[in-house]
Amino acid sequence: MRTIFLAIALALFWLALSGHYTPFLMSVGAVCIILTVALAYRMNIVDEEGVPVELILAAPAYWFWLYIEIVKSAWSVTRLILDPRLPISPTFTRVRAGQKTAAGIATYANSITLTPGTITTGVEGDILEVHAIVSGGADDLEQGGMDRRVSRFEGSIATTNKEKA
Amino acid sequence: MEMIAFYASWVLIALGSFFLVAGALGMLRMPDVYTRMHAASVIDTLGATLLVFGLMIQAGLTLVALKLVFVLALLFFFGPVASHALAQAALHADIEPILAEDRRGRDVPPKAGEDPSRKEGGQHDPRQ
Repeated sequence: MRTIFLAIALALFWLALSGHYTPFLMSVGAVCIILTVALAYRMNIVDEEGVPVELILAAPAYWFWLYIEIVKSAWSVTRLILDPRLPISPTFTRVRAGQKTAAGIATYANSITLTPGTITTGVEGDILEVHAIVSGGADDLEQGGMDRRVSRFEGSIATTNKEKA
Repeated sequence: MEMIAFYASWVLIALGSFFLVAGALGMLRMPDVYTRMHAASVIDTLGATLLVFGLMIQAGLTLVALKLVFVLALLFFFGPVASHALAQAALHADIEPILAEDRRGRDVPPKAGEDPSRKEGGQHDPRQ
């Protein structure tokens, strides 16, 4: 199932990037896709981490939410930069990632890094080490609003894992 | 209609450029490597997306617009990995951050219903 999805996704990607629909280029594309899928299959990376199909439906809503967060914090960091007093208060903190899967924790860590003003500097198990440019940014993460949002986004993957266990 | 699209795209491109310049200014003003990275992340998130949105309006509904979406996706998936690798490399090199507050020693409240077998699963190792 995942393998078929991977093949379709790669085919669409090829068609979108190529833009030339001659028989030669199409067959070259087909060969490339078959080789890639076969390789991925033999490497055993066609799993919920490598091809997270479950997330496709929930992804647009999550990305939209994340983008709003990015815009808000990018604006506040810009105001910090343009403030003549440069009122920064760099803070290091540790937060727990409440996600159940590796892909979920990676999503949370990357979302923290993508949001201007906070960077994940280390991951140890489910403890993330975060550097924030103002202590308020660290406070927000400690309260765990983003953690819960990522966990909800991850929800679909977590249920499939439970079924396996 | 075409005029609206034209001006909308230029407003977006100008706004994006503003955040690029602000981020660059921030990289100059910030005191150490970690705070500079925060300034840089304004560039590769808000600056870059506004620019690409503006370019997408210019491109219209074409393959070019779709390729710009891929550019954005690339930025959003590889940007944080690169930032994370850079921050970790700086920490490994014992570059001490300038800190107003260090809460690294704080107790993190445990979460109920944890699966210990997944504990190491979150490692996002750039070397792999």
